[in-house]
Amino acid sequence: MKAAVVVFPGSNCDRDLAVAFEASGADVTMVWHKDSDLPQDVDIVGIPGGFSYGDYLRCGAIAAQSPICKSVARHADRGGYVLGVCNGFQVLTETGLLPGALLRNAGLKYICKTVGLKVETSQSDFTNGYNAGDVIDIPIAHHDGNYFADAETLKHLQDQDRIAFSYMDNPNGALADIAGILSENRRVLGMMPHPERAADAGHGGTDGQALFRALAGALTTA
Amino acid sequence: MKAKVHVMLKNGVLDPQGEAVRHALGAMGFQGVNGVRQGKVIELDLAEGATEADVTAMCEKLLANTVIESYSVEMPA
Repeated sequence: MKAAVVVFPGSNCDRDLAVAFEASGADVTMVWHKDSDLPQDVDIVGIPGGFSYGDYLRCGAIAAQSPICKSVARHADRGGYVLGVCNGFQVLTETGLLPGALLRNAGLKYICKTVGLKVETSQSDFTNGYNAGDVIDIPIAHHDGNYFADAETLKHLQDQDRIAFSYMDNPNGALADIAGILSENRRVLGMMPHPERAADAGHGGTDGQALFRALAGALTTA
Repeated sequence: MKAKVHVMLKNGVLDPQGEAVRHALGAMGFQGVNGVRQGKVIELDLAEGATEADVTAMCEKLLANTVIESYSVEMPA
């Protein structure tokens, strides 16, 4: 599996994401936001957490217009895989690769803690290492994680089984407790919780490992 | 020439910041504030000849996220 992790000014989970990909056997290249092209034959692009461009204007809005994001969109259009975590999820909604938007947390506070997530579907190369209904512990760390979409979009997500993870105890006011969603072709996943922060025994939890291993399984044989 | 863009959360989208401001005003003793919505104003210093259509395109592509926000453009008279 060849992975690329995008680095924006203000990204701060880029290395963590790269380490999690590497631990699952990936060959990882870091890509700077001003680069216009992804490395050749990349299977998956990781968009990390952090505060790209200082969260100016809206979280992820400026990053979504960066040169590398145009390449990421082309990669996704070709059927390539993309994983956006936290700020990466915000970037994916701003680029339009995923529907909806992330609003300020309903309680207005930045929240940093480990939360219970319910795996809503195992029908994707990101989530098939879990069983639907599994509850996993994954850290969140965000100020703007309150997922919002209009009623029609929510119905599409539900009808097409595209909600990947939901919160057991909604921390941020997200619509329908949504923590992560898939694209229509199920190859783009955006999620607010950080699976890369629960991918090593030293992290205090390893419930995120199955996501990276599932990806490696799907993309190494491909 | 200066154009102004007003960006507001759409009706129906919860505005927790506006709600917090409303609570604070009530706690300070200001009576009768039934609702507060918080948005932003963006001033653009534009070269002569820029049109409202140009600014609208900027709003659609970057200045507003039309999934959650509405905008209005104020051009100089």
